[in-house]
Amino acid sequence: MLDKNGIAKRIAQEVKDGFYVNLGIGIPTLVANFVRDDISVEFQSENGVLGMGPFPFDGEEDADIINAGKQTITTLPGASFFDSATSFAMIRGQHVDLTILGAMEVAENGDIANWKIPGKMVKGMGGAMDLVASAENIIVAMMHTNKAGQSKLLKNCSLPLTGVGCVTKIVTNMAVLEIKDNAFHLLERAPGVTVDDIKSATEGKLIVSGEIAEMKI
Amino acid sequence: MINKKVANVQDALHGVKDGMTFMLGGFGLCGIPENAIKELVQLGVKNITCISNNAGVDDFGLGLLLQKKQIKKMISSYVGENDEFERQMLSGELDVELTPQGTLAEKCRAAQAGFPAFYTPAGFGTEVAEDKETREFNGKMYVLEHAYKADFSFVKAWKGDEAGNLIFKGTARNFNPCMCGAATITVAEVEELVPAGQLDPNEIHVPGIFVQRIFQGEKFEKRIEQLTVRTKNNA
Repeated sequence: MLDKNGIAKRIAQEVKDGFYVNLGIGIPTLVANFVRDDISVEFQSENGVLGMGPFPFDGEEDADIINAGKQTITTLPGASFFDSATSFAMIRGQHVDLTILGAMEVAENGDIANWKIPGKMVKGMGGAMDLVASAENIIVAMMHTNKAGQSKLLKNCSLPLTGVGCVTKIVTNMAVLEIKDNAFHLLERAPGVTVDDIKSATEGKLIVSGEIAEMKI
Repeated sequence: MINKKVANVQDALHGVKDGMTFMLGGFGLCGIPENAIKELVQLGVKNITCISNNAGVDDFGLGLLLQKKQIKKMISSYVGENDEFERQMLSGELDVELTPQGTLAEKCRAAQAGFPAFYTPAGFGTEVAEDKETREFNGKMYVLEHAYKADFSFVKAWKGDEAGNLIFKGTARNFNPCMCGAATITVAEVEELVPAGQLDPNEIHVPGIFVQRIFQGEKFEKRIEQLTVRTKNNA
């Protein structure tokens, strides 16, 4: 079973040379720590920066340079700043190659729910609806089950949707799965996790074909 | 040169009235029109609608207007980090319209650019698209979204000149350029106001035609919402 860093590490393998990548808040943010340093990648933050770097050194922070999580950041050589409409032109116009975000629920048809729980305070969707509706390449990073132990990979989402039929890949603490033809296709299992463990933790339709290799991380 | 300079924030906000709709730039607390917000609190205008990506924190940004119950409706994409906001929303005192962030930016830009509406894929199949016109283009579904209409835009820039030309710094740019020229009157507050001719025309982010009034902000606190740093030892 993977921890959050393990999930981030596995997703980092999906980040290829020359990619512009948008990282959501939570586990996706950790992905930046594990991307190979022999490839060229630029991270986009939808509040208006491309070429995000690490957090600043203590005392060198600048209130005018933050990421979409409102955290102080730095920029790397080649970085640029732009306005919000331009930022979402990059996203909506599919110029961003890969979007990595968290989710509360994903359905076997690729629907995603990650912004609202009825009865609880609704904070808003931020840029999530624009990201999932536009990106061709979306990876969801999440735990396979919720805190109550219930599957987050469902036949249908029960929560209000963020986007429809948009998720193509999921990396959880238990497995790597691909969504196609209205089913979760098991690609890899986490170290120490059996195919049966994954079957019992997946409510939606799960396709297991042939031998399922263990993740290399 | 057409001079857009006004003497102070009071002159800049002349004509602001109860019940108006305002656009306010900023992302979180970054790049917000601090001086205009403080003056709106001073003026005590009520029943206002605010179009702003976020709603500030309890004691800063739009939180100051919420405290005084001046806001009737908020149009935003994300409104966490604010207890008073939550209280007013749950009690029904405050009307909230949540809009996807890219759609919010484009609804401002559409108003600026003279488009009445546009199609976006964001929100299709979700509650955001309820009761909205949808249409298929090249096999994909889109939602029709309308441009905003506002009485005033309040934006904040780093540098500006008397002609109303603006230059922004870092991610404090965010929604500010999209809101310029998107309302009847655009008011820009800047950290440094210089005479026309001192800014390089090649470096201008927003041309002065989109700005009606510009003033030197008296004070910019520039509060940091989430201070995140690394130490040199473990770098």
